[in-house]
Amino acid sequence: MAADGEGPGTVTGLELCNLRKSFTDGPVLDDISLTVGPSEIVSLIGPSGSGKSTILGLLTGSIPVESGRVLFNGESVTGRVRPFAYMPQRDALLPWRRAIDNAAIGLEVAGTPRREARARADELFEPFGLAGTQQRYPRQLSGGMRQRVSLLRAVVQGKPLLLLDEPFGALDAITRDDLQTWLLRIWPLHRWSILLITHDIREAVRLSDRVHVLSARPGRLIGEVRVSRDIPRDERFRTDPRTPRLEARLHEMLRAGHRP
Amino acid sequence: MSRAPRHLREAFTTVLPPVLALAVLLAVWQTVASAGVVGAGILPAPSRIVEQGVDQGDVLLRHTLPTLTATSLGFCLSIAVAFVVAITLDFSRVLHSAVLPLLIIGQTLPLIALAPLVVLWFGFGLLPKVLLVAFVTFFPMVVGLLRGFTSTDPEAEHLLRSMGAGRRRVFTLLRLPSAMPSFFSSLRISITYAVVGAVFAEYAGAVAGLGVYMQSAKNIFRTDLVLAAVTVSSALTLVLYLLVVVVERVALPWLQTERDPVP
Repeated sequence: MAADGEGPGTVTGLELCNLRKSFTDGPVLDDISLTVGPSEIVSLIGPSGSGKSTILGLLTGSIPVESGRVLFNGESVTGRVRPFAYMPQRDALLPWRRAIDNAAIGLEVAGTPRREARARADELFEPFGLAGTQQRYPRQLSGGMRQRVSLLRAVVQGKPLLLLDEPFGALDAITRDDLQTWLLRIWPLHRWSILLITHDIREAVRLSDRVHVLSARPGRLIGEVRVSRDIPRDERFRTDPRTPRLEARLHEMLRAGHRP
Repeated sequence: MSRAPRHLREAFTTVLPPVLALAVLLAVWQTVASAGVVGAGILPAPSRIVEQGVDQGDVLLRHTLPTLTATSLGFCLSIAVAFVVAITLDFSRVLHSAVLPLLIIGQTLPLIALAPLVVLWFGFGLLPKVLLVAFVTFFPMVVGLLRGFTSTDPEAEHLLRSMGAGRRRVFTLLRLPSAMPSFFSSLRISITYAVVGAVFAEYAGAVAGLGVYMQSAKNIFRTDLVLAAVTVSSALTLVLYLLVVVVERVALPWLQTERDPVP
């Protein structure tokens, strides 16, 4: 966490410094600076069109950086191979690949031999609650299962930071709740660093250590809320007295940022 | 367990109506022809067409083989060239915008004028037939492939790029397989033109083939034999079409699961 006085490049993990981005129809992102430390879950929450996905595009390299810097462990992130594993909004599973081959594709692209890639992905099917679905095609999987395969595909790449773009946005409320619970349960085993994009206040609070609020376009960071790890994230989360206060604060910030 | 019967039932309900319609059509035709309303030289009865066709079976077969050869070779050539052209166009936006209009213009050329020309240029052998078949089947295939490439999910492309995949990797892992359903539907369309293309080329000049047979039967006013040859060429198209469907089912097993969601 870059406190004032610390220069850029001294942070372990991800550091975004003064990112700005404009498209032909005007500015999208204005002076974005944030960090994600090791084993930290940081959320970015904001209205539609606030540039949440643009930030991820800048990180994955699909959108060129215009001004500002993307650093990881103090080093500038450039080029094709990056220390991030990306999980897209919709699952983007390839319909012609079986679940196991979808899960292994990241390793394949990175040059791992197909058999080894499959074996490594296969190990995660059981803990991801996907045992026995390896040979199914994506169309034969439920929405929740597809999302798990998609997360597995990101995780198995072994990258130091996960970029999750509204990972549970397309799911129904119950399935979303189940997947959040499941993610929180397996997280301590892996302690992934995560940058989570969402528009769901409750999801952001429940899953994160810190939540950043993005204003309407052009997106600026207009506030940050810390969520103590003392707050239980399981079933007791909803009834914890601190939860509604955090959610209310985020709600206010989002409202304030929505006004032009 | 109820799978096989259900598939059978489905096959039955798709096949039965057209078979019935064909039977009705043939029955009406047979009745009209045998009532003597029109002469047998103008409209021979289906029974006569079959009878005479079977009688001439070995001759018909001898003329079917060159047509089949020309069709298959032309179709294979067309597939190969379509892949090369479509992939090249997919990699170069400049070529794409330069060449696609030419392909469309090529599609407007009348086959009836082109057939004698290829014979003029390439003689009476196999080559002009193969070229003409390739020519008539090529365009739908290129368009099918190009449309398939552009149907690629941009989010999947973003994902592969985030994994460090370069352009070629994205193409082989994503764009090419994405194009396969569209390619196979264009394959099914173009195979129906293929036999017609071969017959046309033979009509314009050949030593053997269904086109030649039709022409000589017509010249001696044997309408029944012309129609027998027409029947053979239709059957040939149907068989090739079914072959394409079978290949598609084997090559794209995942597409079947769409219609059959529970494993």
